[in-house]
Amino acid sequence: MDLLEYQGKQLLSRHGVPVPSGKPAATVADAVAAAEEIGYPCVVKAQVQIGGRGKLGGIKVAANREEAEQYSNDILGMDIKGLTVQELWIEEASDIASEYYASIVFDRSAKSSLVMLSTKGGMDIEAVAEEDPTAIATLHVDPLIGFQAFHGRRLAFDAGVDADVIGPIGQMLAKLYETYVEEEALLIEVNPLIITADRELKALDAKVTLDGNALYRHADNAELSDPSAEDPQEKMAKERGLTYVKLDGNVGILGNGAGLVMSTLDVVAQAGGKPANFLDAGGGSKAEAITAACEVILSDPKVTAVLFNIFGGITRCDEVAKGLIEAFAQINPTVPFVVRLDGTNDVAGRELLAEANLPNVHTVATMLEAAEKVVELAS
Amino acid sequence: MSVLVGNDTKLVVSGITGREGTFHTLNNRAYGTNVVAGVTPGKGGQDVEGIPVFDTLHKAVDETGANTAMIFVPPRFAADAILEAEDAGIELIIAITEGIPAHDELRVFNHIQSKGTSRLVGPNCPGILSPGKANVGIIPASFFREGQVGVVSRSGTLTYQIGNELAQRGFGNSSIVGIGGDPVPGSNFIDIIKLFEADDQTELIVMSGEIGGDAEEQAAEYIKEHVTKPVIGYIAGFTAPPGKQMGHAGAIVSGSKGTAAAKAEALEACGVRVGRTPTAVADIAAEILGA
Repeated sequence: MDLLEYQGKQLLSRHGVPVPSGKPAATVADAVAAAEEIGYPCVVKAQVQIGGRGKLGGIKVAANREEAEQYSNDILGMDIKGLTVQELWIEEASDIASEYYASIVFDRSAKSSLVMLSTKGGMDIEAVAEEDPTAIATLHVDPLIGFQAFHGRRLAFDAGVDADVIGPIGQMLAKLYETYVEEEALLIEVNPLIITADRELKALDAKVTLDGNALYRHADNAELSDPSAEDPQEKMAKERGLTYVKLDGNVGILGNGAGLVMSTLDVVAQAGGKPANFLDAGGGSKAEAITAACEVILSDPKVTAVLFNIFGGITRCDEVAKGLIEAFAQINPTVPFVVRLDGTNDVAGRELLAEANLPNVHTVATMLEAAEKVVELAS
Repeated sequence: MSVLVGNDTKLVVSGITGREGTFHTLNNRAYGTNVVAGVTPGKGGQDVEGIPVFDTLHKAVDETGANTAMIFVPPRFAADAILEAEDAGIELIIAITEGIPAHDELRVFNHIQSKGTSRLVGPNCPGILSPGKANVGIIPASFFREGQVGVVSRSGTLTYQIGNELAQRGFGNSSIVGIGGDPVPGSNFIDIIKLFEADDQTELIVMSGEIGGDAEEQAAEYIKEHVTKPVIGYIAGFTAPPGKQMGHAGAIVSGSKGTAAAKAEALEACGVRVGRTPTAVADIAAEILGA
């Protein structure tokens, strides 16, 4: 789960990481009230999970109430790379002397956590990594011992930070690591990590990704949401407990198991079709889940045909057939369906479908045939 | 032979009294797996259709000599159950549980590796089937028979699909090993391919990967240097957009890293033939083994 900048900053702040003070606002009135409270100059920042918002006019410094009102009005509702700005973060302006970069990444390849520090913050760190990889100091932290003081010193000396902040940078990294472990984050990136004119460190931006599997241990975090990133179909799927990712084609796809569904998307694409979605009905899906999945897929108006590709292990094909029959009874779809059932109780499933004789439902024997048929019907 | 599970397996099931745990344990036993014990804290002394239940894994090992554990407990208890099995001296721990927090997985992996006495397969995997010998997990065994193809896969249902395509061409399997779709799998492709390379029964290895991470790329390099048997690759997720999580927590493309195209290319560059569909994998297998 990706957090908005201000959500990330509030999380960091709870663990003692210094951040500029600020307030979130969803309306111009709230934004102006926040600006009045914070004082001027203050910064009006669009809250969307996408880089480069500053260049696109999503970050403005307001010198007075009029400007705060005008900028808030301009930025709220603005489109930034396809996302509509629904929230602002009004923040005290910072007096920046230097811009550093710090991050902690869950490194699945190394099976540990990677901590990075650079004095070349504030810009595209990937470009820095490419042009001058030595400008980024890195080290892996063994999860069984955690972040030690020597880790902080090594990073600070290796990165070549200003001598007066070597100690404070180490402490800041330790706090970031504490946040990373205690909140069960997969990524914490602070860019820029600033040194103010008064030689204080502050996280001026924050990009935080939390582990969705761990949210049951973090009730507060589980409630955070990002209204700008919510697609109506994805929201509907989430409410129904389905794993759904919207794509931009017209062939609706349902399968069981992430790997098989990904493979199904590929086979449909190879047959010349464009998948409209990824939907994993999961292991052991009952009829109700299949019915709910049909509703989600068909709520996307671009869908012109639907493919069911099931290889039953825990999932029983007769349950899938029952779910489809129920979906037809409830929502009466107008687009054709292609159904391929193999695996546990496949014969029973196919018999149920044959008996139901649903309009415009085609049963096929193999995955390849299914892909070809659905592409033909979708066009 | 076969790899990891077989006639010597003595299985203890952690979470045996849960609905799913009971169902799959009995399925595994009906297949012929030697299920010697179950563990559910507080239910020691009971039995599940004749399988004795113990309060702790240590007690189960002491009483029955179990050497393999299957973890079937809910995600919030799974890391603890895996560590308990390791502490009890279990050699092979197969974790079926899906949805274990990533930081738990990280600690468990590093602990098991630093001790060096147990092997973990999974979590979030369908288990291991050695047709004709033993089945530990949720793989629908009736679709597979004994044969010469070893399969290792990150995905469950995709494994069934590929196994089924192979079966339709008349090929059986030495073992089918699901390593799971999580970011920190206990065993990776290389760990399992090493076993297949050393296994007499295995003549051909099929590895089924998917987007995300670099396990396939690492395997490609290993195969080039160390594997003499033919290997066929398959990668799912060519149409997956970057930055979106496709069901498996591990299946997420970040930037240009971990894409299906990059993985297929890495494998082919190391001499591994890659089937673009599950059917194509079976076609290549038929070519290599002679249909």
